[in-house]
Amino acid sequence: MAATVSSERDAVATPIQRAFREAFYAGAISLGLFVLFIGLRTDQNISNELILVQRWGLLALVVAAVAIGRFLYVAYAIPAMERSKAEKAAAPAIVAEPGFIKRNFNKIGATVLILYPIAMVLLFGFQGSLKWVDNFGIQILIYVMLAWGLNIVVGLAGLLDLGYVAFYAVGAYAYALLGTHYGLSFWILLPAAGAMAAFWGIMLGFPVLRLRGDYLAIVTLAFGEIIRLVLINWREVTNGSAGISGIPKVSFFGLISFNVSDPNYIAKVLHIAQSGAYYKIFLYYLALGLCFLTAFVTIRLRRLPVGRAWEALREDEIACRSLGINTTTTKLTAFATGAMFGGFAGSFFAARQGFVSPESFVFLESAIILAIVVLGGMGSLGGIAVAALVMIGGTEILRELDFLKAVFGPDFTPELYRMLLFGMAMVIVMLWKPRGFVGSREPTAFLKERRAVSASFTKEGHG
Amino acid sequence: MNAQASMNDIILQVEHLSMKFGGLVAIGDLSFQARRGEITALIGPNGAGKTTVFNCITGFYKPSEGMLTLNRRDGSTYLLERLPNHEIPARAKVARTFQNIRLFSGMTLLENLLVAQHNKLMKASGYSFLGLFGFPSYRQASAESIELAKHWLEKADLVDRADDPAGDLPYGAQRRLEIARAMCTGPELLCLDEPAAGLNPKESAALNDLLMGIKATGTSILLIEHDMSVVMQISDHVVVLEYGRKISDGNPQSVRTDPRVIAAYLGVDDEEVETVLTEVGDEDVIEQLDTGPDSAHGPGNSASMMAGPVSDSVEHADEGERVTVSKGASKAAQVEARAAVIASKPAVPPATESRAASARPAAKKPAVKAPETKAAATKSSAPKAKGISNRLDAPRGGKADSLIRIKGIGPVNERKLNEHGIFHFDQIAAWKKADIEAAEAYLAFDGRIAREDWIGQAKTLAKEVAAKPATRGGRK
Repeated sequence: MAATVSSERDAVATPIQRAFREAFYAGAISLGLFVLFIGLRTDQNISNELILVQRWGLLALVVAAVAIGRFLYVAYAIPAMERSKAEKAAAPAIVAEPGFIKRNFNKIGATVLILYPIAMVLLFGFQGSLKWVDNFGIQILIYVMLAWGLNIVVGLAGLLDLGYVAFYAVGAYAYALLGTHYGLSFWILLPAAGAMAAFWGIMLGFPVLRLRGDYLAIVTLAFGEIIRLVLINWREVTNGSAGISGIPKVSFFGLISFNVSDPNYIAKVLHIAQSGAYYKIFLYYLALGLCFLTAFVTIRLRRLPVGRAWEALREDEIACRSLGINTTTTKLTAFATGAMFGGFAGSFFAARQGFVSPESFVFLESAIILAIVVLGGMGSLGGIAVAALVMIGGTEILRELDFLKAVFGPDFTPELYRMLLFGMAMVIVMLWKPRGFVGSREPTAFLKERRAVSASFTKEGHG
Repeated sequence: MNAQASMNDIILQVEHLSMKFGGLVAIGDLSFQARRGEITALIGPNGAGKTTVFNCITGFYKPSEGMLTLNRRDGSTYLLERLPNHEIPARAKVARTFQNIRLFSGMTLLENLLVAQHNKLMKASGYSFLGLFGFPSYRQASAESIELAKHWLEKADLVDRADDPAGDLPYGAQRRLEIARAMCTGPELLCLDEPAAGLNPKESAALNDLLMGIKATGTSILLIEHDMSVVMQISDHVVVLEYGRKISDGNPQSVRTDPRVIAAYLGVDDEEVETVLTEVGDEDVIEQLDTGPDSAHGPGNSASMMAGPVSDSVEHADEGERVTVSKGASKAAQVEARAAVIASKPAVPPATESRAASARPAAKKPAVKAPETKAAATKSSAPKAKGISNRLDAPRGGKADSLIRIKGIGPVNERKLNEHGIFHFDQIAAWKKADIEAAEAYLAFDGRIAREDWIGQAKTLAKEVAAKPATRGGRK
């Protein structure tokens, strides 16, 4: 025991010294970097003159934080990590039995999603739950649906699609136009919007069949922009940038309505108090249902020959052709199926917002959806759902962090930093898990036991 | 010829197949047949066009010319050059493997074999619509396909690893898996592109067993292979290609002893060819094969890939003969030419042979090659090939004149002339008509000596040298 203590003291002595040195360097560097950024600030005074505000206190705070952080990292974090690594190496290699949560991840996830609105209502009351059900729940579920749809194209078939938002737009406008002009119900328009989007998926698919990789990405990107520009400029039909408003609400199969004026309004039917929360909760479950539908179809398709052909296409297109797989139709079905789910999501989006405009379908949306798919791990539904939760929920939660105003002053708006944090989160995740949260692949069939395929064997596809 | 019998007998008929990439003729007028139930091997040196033939058969290339007829067991006939790529495995039942293994490395072995049964399962799943709702017909088809996959995994000795990713397998197992995957498409003709490449002897033996097992099921095999032990052991019929042309066709034994094949394919080195031929006992050929460096392509080694490209032969296409071989083309052509010379003039004494051959107008173009290679042979058999009258065994005074000073003679030709005992300008100056012909023959120059007036140049240079001897250094 004594021996270990003395050796530990030796080992610690050097890191502490090194930590002091490194903390000093880090402080010096941060001082040099921030002296102009933080220490000085230009402002204008009451007589509209440019003045220099000096903020030495804040600068000292930042420099001290950097120096102390570096000191703690070098002195304690690094030795601790090395110790744990050594312990892990010394310990006998036990194959860790996956924990209860890991084994039942999907069931737990589904249960949590189903109980979520109820929990919110119980916690915050009907009115208080609105924000949590709508801004968080529905918003995230829409992105989950979109990302699962894109996952078919990018994750399974390996076709990089940067214009996925186009199908989202097609679905939304199909619902908005048909709903406002012909008054058709959501339950008719949902499949119609899906079919419309799938049709445009095939329309896009044909010209890009021969393209791969970067070229495919650029053409799909252009396609997304074309759809948006058409929506802006075809004023007679789409009402241009002003968008379409007054999109009818979804009803519960026509039995229960969510319009207060209707005779079969939910509060009147069930004899309860009026509240806008009913509609939101209904929409939440509708979105959840659509998500489950997407997941069900994706899981089923993966086990069907067409799904295997998609994955085979991602792995090796030439080998596919040598086995008699028609790569043209396989690619087109991937585009069409992915686009169809985009269309579903779009029509749901239109129904929920009650208003669509081209503003909602910018390239950034495509990029976010693609980022969710890549972060989650291409091909993995669970990972993608988690990624959507982190990305969309994370940016939404920044709006809630009002206590930060107490720290950084009343001018501080955390939402402004969400893109910065978004980028940082992506860099961190890509360093930590380069193949996404769930990099491994579930095989679609097995002879003896189902073993996940490590990410090092799967390919990303060529385009 | 009994048409009906041949229909049933021959699974694949390749007729006048040509594949051109721009000016390059990768395959020129190739015709051969593969018989049902047999293993047909397609061999040839690197770059002979074997894989191109495969790519034409399996639809990855559309041939420039020619017809590829596939007769299925049920009597239906397909013209492979007209079918789209993916329909060749699906309808004509031709499966293939690749030289560089193309597995779906991120999918398990079982999944690889299930992907191969795509078309069958696609129908069973009602093009995904019935399968989506879990109809029992699809479930049954799915179970059957897993059984078939299991059968082939057992045959390939991979059943223990069925649930591992294909990319995790060792190389030899990946080869076997690729063959098993091709077999899962239910092919009638299986095309294997170098299945034994990179395998150790044990794996190679396992592969032989697998191929014999496949043959026993009645599937015909078309095989590209470099490993002669595999080819000679298992194939029933061998087709040899060189520079996109067929140089031999027959059973393994006859191909093995075919001098053209030996020269073209096994003949990596001249000495080796000689040994092989001695073993075979073909004295004539040994004598003729004793070649020197290829004049048209510099003093390279005689590995046949160094010889002329196929495109050389395009210019001869107007001679009315389809299969022409360029002057400097191939070892096989050389042997052919030698054989022709020997056949036509068996009694020509060696000393005059080259002259006679080159003078013979009726000789095929490749015949020009004959004296050229022959003359080069003097390095080993000096007294035999004395094409030029005034040869010297060594340069006078140990110092040769710098023959490159004659316009038209480069360093390569100078060395060649030196090899044939020509060291001095006065020797060239003294050449007579017959000598010029002989020299032109082994330098492969047609009339250039006369045109460039080597004799005249040599005469002036000889005078110069005589006037001030040894001031100008020659080559040693």
